[in-house]
Amino acid sequence: MYKIAVIGAGITGSAIARELSKYENLEVLLIEKNVDVGWGATKANTGIIHPGHEDDPESHPLRAEVCVRGNRLWHDWAEELNIPVKWPGELMIAKDEKELDKLKKYRDIGKKNGVPELRIIASEDLRELEPKVNEEAKFALCAPTAGVIAPWEAVIALVENAVDNGVKTHLNTKVEDISVEDGRISSLVTEDGEIEVDVIINATGLFADEVSEMAGKDNFEITPRKGQYYLFDEDVEEKPDKLIHPTPTEKTKGVYAVQTVEGNLMLGPTAEDLDRKSKADRSTSEEGLEFIWKHSKELLGELPSKNRISKTFAGLRPEPPEGRYRIKSYDDIFGFVNSAGIRSPGLTAAPAIAHKVKDILIEDLNIDLIEKEDWKAEREGITRLSDQSDRKKRNMIKENSDYGRVVCMCKEVTKAEVLEAVDRIRKIGGKVTLDSVKFRTLALFGFCQGSYCRSKMTEILSEELNVPMWEIEVRGEGTPYGIGDVKTLQSSEEG
Amino acid sequence: MKDEYECVVIGAGPAGLAAALRCEELGLDVLMIESKERLGGIPLQCTHPGFGNFYYDENLTGTEFAERLLEKDEIEYVTEAHVSSIEYVSDLKKKVKVITPDGLFSLDTKTIIYSTGARERHRFETRIQGDRLSGVYTAGEAQTLMDVYGVMPGKRVVVVGSGDIGLIMARRFALENAEVVGVIEMQPFPGGLTRNVVQCLHDFDIPLYTQKIVKEIRGQKRVEEIVTADVDEELEVIPGSEEIIECDTVALATGLIPYTKILDEMEAEVIMDPVTRGPRVDENLETNLPGIFAAGNVLTINDYVDFAAYQGEKAAESARKFVEYDGMPSKDWIEVKRGKNVRSVVPQYISGDCEVTLNVRVKKPEPEVDVIIRETDERIKTTSVNPGEMLRLDISEEKLEDLENKITLEVRR
Repeated sequence: MYKIAVIGAGITGSAIARELSKYENLEVLLIEKNVDVGWGATKANTGIIHPGHEDDPESHPLRAEVCVRGNRLWHDWAEELNIPVKWPGELMIAKDEKELDKLKKYRDIGKKNGVPELRIIASEDLRELEPKVNEEAKFALCAPTAGVIAPWEAVIALVENAVDNGVKTHLNTKVEDISVEDGRISSLVTEDGEIEVDVIINATGLFADEVSEMAGKDNFEITPRKGQYYLFDEDVEEKPDKLIHPTPTEKTKGVYAVQTVEGNLMLGPTAEDLDRKSKADRSTSEEGLEFIWKHSKELLGELPSKNRISKTFAGLRPEPPEGRYRIKSYDDIFGFVNSAGIRSPGLTAAPAIAHKVKDILIEDLNIDLIEKEDWKAEREGITRLSDQSDRKKRNMIKENSDYGRVVCMCKEVTKAEVLEAVDRIRKIGGKVTLDSVKFRTLALFGFCQGSYCRSKMTEILSEELNVPMWEIEVRGEGTPYGIGDVKTLQSSEEG
Repeated sequence: MKDEYECVVIGAGPAGLAAALRCEELGLDVLMIESKERLGGIPLQCTHPGFGNFYYDENLTGTEFAERLLEKDEIEYVTEAHVSSIEYVSDLKKKVKVITPDGLFSLDTKTIIYSTGARERHRFETRIQGDRLSGVYTAGEAQTLMDVYGVMPGKRVVVVGSGDIGLIMARRFALENAEVVGVIEMQPFPGGLTRNVVQCLHDFDIPLYTQKIVKEIRGQKRVEEIVTADVDEELEVIPGSEEIIECDTVALATGLIPYTKILDEMEAEVIMDPVTRGPRVDENLETNLPGIFAAGNVLTINDYVDFAAYQGEKAAESARKFVEYDGMPSKDWIEVKRGKNVRSVVPQYISGDCEVTLNVRVKKPEPEVDVIIRETDERIKTTSVNPGEMLRLDISEEKLEDLENKITLEVRR
């Protein structure tokens, strides 16, 4: 039996945990410092499953390989895990002959990487395929294998499935140190104590450099790169069906216009390099949003009115030196495996990275993996009333009247769904917060952004958790919804 | 609940309640649908006075006003009921789907009075950037917390927006001993009623900062500070005017937006007004879809609850007429256009053959000006105007004679 700790419950760590849950001679722990899964780089990104024609196999062979393979794997994984996904395909657009050369370059990279179905199309076909595209676009590299997924739903699904298959989670648990004895991993130290382990897999995204350093491997630095986004209401007419983006630069894939899996128009991201200390800075800025606006104008024929903004947000992506993925073990520390530097296209690559890590266990660490006979590939998503037929809806309400209590009007989320989310959070050992319920039910995600229903949601959680409403947290420690009873400041003055 | 009604009222706030009561008086077979557990709408959480001055000729609190409307509760209603969709089958038949704890119901009705109120503008619809932190509330959410749930949101508060809701919430926080650092308004003048500026700010020594915006909210987990900036007449930020204010709570009172969700999702299109963001209606408060009427804040944001109630009654009278004649009489509609200093007008269409009440909001304050129909030079009223106070203009039919297919309303000296 090998005890394996996967550190970091983002998209890669969760994919690895799920993959390793297949084997009966592995005891897998998934350790995460946040109170819920997927709250790092995973939470706020473009949500694209990339085809794999943007990673040059000469300079980034590993990235190219796992991207193309990950894209293929997501088809099965999404189906098994009941993760909402769409495969609209994408268009890299070009305004003139000079940019056309770039399209050809990326088509050729795609060919080398084994990306299927790439083709360059000209103006008329382009407009036929995507009428919302900017009229300046003369050519496009069409990549039908591109998809969109809700990244946080993907992580939740992976972790739920992993836990169902025996993985033990330690959320709200920060790793403080790693002990190495006689050239082997011996334990990891957390706030809550020491855990003996044989193998540590470092999947800590933005913090992979710091965790690697704990094991004595400090030869790289991860810097945060900020991406800001606009999200618009579902019913804006300007949204394209296909993903639209410009030709990439050295640094980034550029600003995308995306219809999310939920049907919202999303524009972004920026690519702002922050210093190494700013790994928590998820602020938006007027300049950043203006940058997106300017570049989005080149993608779409028309942009929606700004009063249709549903929200703006920013995420941080980990940027490793030379953009290079480090998925490897080390000869001098047996049992330490880095899955570090997983920048874009990390979401796409996650299932393939999980396979890669499994191969490392077999080939580098010489672990004979024995498959479980009763491993469950499937996981069911949360049951949403609004997805059902009228007949089904009637039955559901008859059996549980909480399905007849709509809490979030914008997304038509019912009390039963909120309570199911609470159960699911508890099952993976997470903390019930407004955000963790939001990411599971989509309540608070609609165009009122919670001004109608946040208090009602909090009331439900307060009843369920049996704590006063003001103690319910928005997103973990230090973020309570209120400061106390409404008379609290009166009494403190008198006292 | 039955399968069929003559009128379904959606939303049991002041407009919906007044509408349903009037429908009942007029003998219509009416059902009222409310999403919350209780009838009454937003006034239920308003513990301050200022309600009913016109409608009941008394100064009541919001709660009292709602209770007064509910005294006559012989109307058929359903609470905790969410309208999931409206299907326009024909001019005489609309299908309404309702989700309730008792099941999913599908009702047929000849008419609908849509009175779902308004939602609050949220931070992403403002210019506020910065971190995503706890301690940021919409003003109405803060009010619900304090006066429905008995929860105190925070202790050092900045209120953004000086409309009535912002002013009232500034006072509400002060009454609970919170430190209200100030009310921030981007316009050069307060957005709310003068009586509220006096009673809510002056009486409590709460400063009002005009021509200022909140640029950023900052902090680690909960709000720690905000960055403000001064703006010029064009609302552009004046560089270098940034200031930091420490606070733990930001209450956003940056405006209301008609909650038209179910109308928006209908397959048959309801035409919306880009300025009010509610449906465009004629003097019967009928939308472009026959038999669908709108009243209250979903139609236009009212300063006084009384006006919302009047609109409800008007819609009920129209619904009664619709049911009696199987449709409203055809007319030559005259479009009311917005002229100088007019921001919005509701209704957007009038006939000119009967008295009509126009709800008009101006763009900027002006003392002693005339409200005029440009085409006929007819003077309707002389008054001082202020964006915070909606003008309710009753226009007799004599003043509407000889009109062409449109008129333009102007406010000028």
